[in-house]
Amino acid sequence: MSELKRLNTVTLDYTKCKGCVTCMKRCPTEAIRVRDGKASVMYEKCIGCGECVRLCPQHAKITSYDKFDVVNDPKYKYKIVMPAPSFYGQFNNLTDVNYVLDGLKRLGFDEVFEVGRGAELNTLATRILLNKENLPKPVISTACPAVLELIYARFANLKEHLLKVLPPVDITAKLAREKARKRGYKDEEIGVFFISPCPAKVYAIKSGMGVKKPYIDGVLSSGEVYMKLLPVMKLINSPENLSKMGVTGLQWASSGGEAAAAMRGKYLAADGIENCIHILESVENGTLNEIEFIELNACTGGCVGGVLNVENPFVAKARIRNLRVRFPQIANSLADTGKPADYYLTEKEDDENFAPSLDRATAFSKLLAVQEMYKTLPQIDCGLCGAPSCRAFCEDVVFGNLPSDAVCPQLERKK
Amino acid sequence: MAECVHLEYRVDGNNFVSAGTATESVKSFLKNMGVDPKDVRRVAIAMYEGEINMVIHANGGYAYADIYVDKCIITLVDTGKGIADIELAMQPGYSTASDEVRALGFGAGMGLPNMKKYADECIIESEVGKGTKVTLVTNFS
Repeated sequence: MSELKRLNTVTLDYTKCKGCVTCMKRCPTEAIRVRDGKASVMYEKCIGCGECVRLCPQHAKITSYDKFDVVNDPKYKYKIVMPAPSFYGQFNNLTDVNYVLDGLKRLGFDEVFEVGRGAELNTLATRILLNKENLPKPVISTACPAVLELIYARFANLKEHLLKVLPPVDITAKLAREKARKRGYKDEEIGVFFISPCPAKVYAIKSGMGVKKPYIDGVLSSGEVYMKLLPVMKLINSPENLSKMGVTGLQWASSGGEAAAAMRGKYLAADGIENCIHILESVENGTLNEIEFIELNACTGGCVGGVLNVENPFVAKARIRNLRVRFPQIANSLADTGKPADYYLTEKEDDENFAPSLDRATAFSKLLAVQEMYKTLPQIDCGLCGAPSCRAFCEDVVFGNLPSDAVCPQLERKK
Repeated sequence: MAECVHLEYRVDGNNFVSAGTATESVKSFLKNMGVDPKDVRRVAIAMYEGEINMVIHANGGYAYADIYVDKCIITLVDTGKGIADIELAMQPGYSTASDEVRALGFGAGMGLPNMKKYADECIIESEVGKGTKVTLVTNFS
């Protein structure tokens, strides 16, 4: 799992990393250490939120995604591309999303299938679920994979609160792939590609989170596709009418869109990973009982804030708002797809994802040792030792990530 | 004597921004220890109510957590105005919180009832004018 995560979230450009402690200090899950003058990620703790990518002053963090060339693999006889709603916010002076969709077809895809369609179907399926009374409230959205991983790692308590509806991207891919099969293509001849705003989605899709088998063959970067698309879009005079999405799907691009679509009133939407942690703590403390639905996005602004995008999240959000006037309220319905309600639900139990814990006695004795060691340290979290906090340093020593004779540099200096 | 981890926190009075940080720290410890999520939640809810009570009514105080392998004892000690009638204070909905505090969403009168409900043992000792000591014992399943 850790290796899969290393390959599909972030890696380091060693030539650029200067060993400053910016990423280490600000990683929300304390997953980064600076060892031998270079940052390194403890992938078992990483939730793929992208904060380190955003913050690195040297731009030394390399995000993982599939290079556009994967699309040209000759084994694909029918290629489908799926732009995220946030993708439309990347373009300046865009008056009609069909320029983007038509442009994508001209890049060599046989079909475009907007993720906003899956978003609308997710919304409709969610509304049905929320009306069932026996659901533990508040229900927490599972669309943001970084938030989902955060919950797996630190909020096992909230397991029953997770929304059991597939994220829009998976619903979209499931439908698109099925449609292509009906056209007579074999499964292995169909290429399904998602234009992602963030590396968290890359890992979620590659690891098959929530689905039995991934429906998606490649996860492309919003930024890379944008660069390829610009010159092509300039050539389009009147674009083919390809969009089949409404405001409901479009507004998923930014924070609050999903929640506002899912229910009236009693919802809450928070964005930015620290804010998300705060809200989850509150749910655990039992202080958010009046709320029925919670949407959380790890990135500031929601998906428009993803680190694979090119545009500032607030600019992208404003553009998307301006595009709204051209859309119907909703353009998809459960009746149109003709699928039963459980078609849209997560396909497997998520138990395995919750962080495994040591047996309690062992964990207790280790934490006791951490606590005893912590008392001897300066408790100023200076980061000089290469761990983000004095407590993290103790944990590294006790859990064997550092040699047992490792010494705090501050104490060393005072000798 | 059984091994025990002792954690100490100062809780600031009338500071609603920092309120809950002691609870969050204890919660994080219990999670790392592999305590059943249901028990962690019971500790969290009861302790959070107690912590908030000290913030609202007692101008702060101290929170202590004594964590054993099979249980945790939370002690909340303040030198505030004390509780005149503990039995009355235990009734759901009874509250002496100010309108300002209620406007912040606190003071619903569920503090003490929730502590009793979620902890296995809840001992409240209080003297008017001197302060209050709340002891919450949670046994782990």
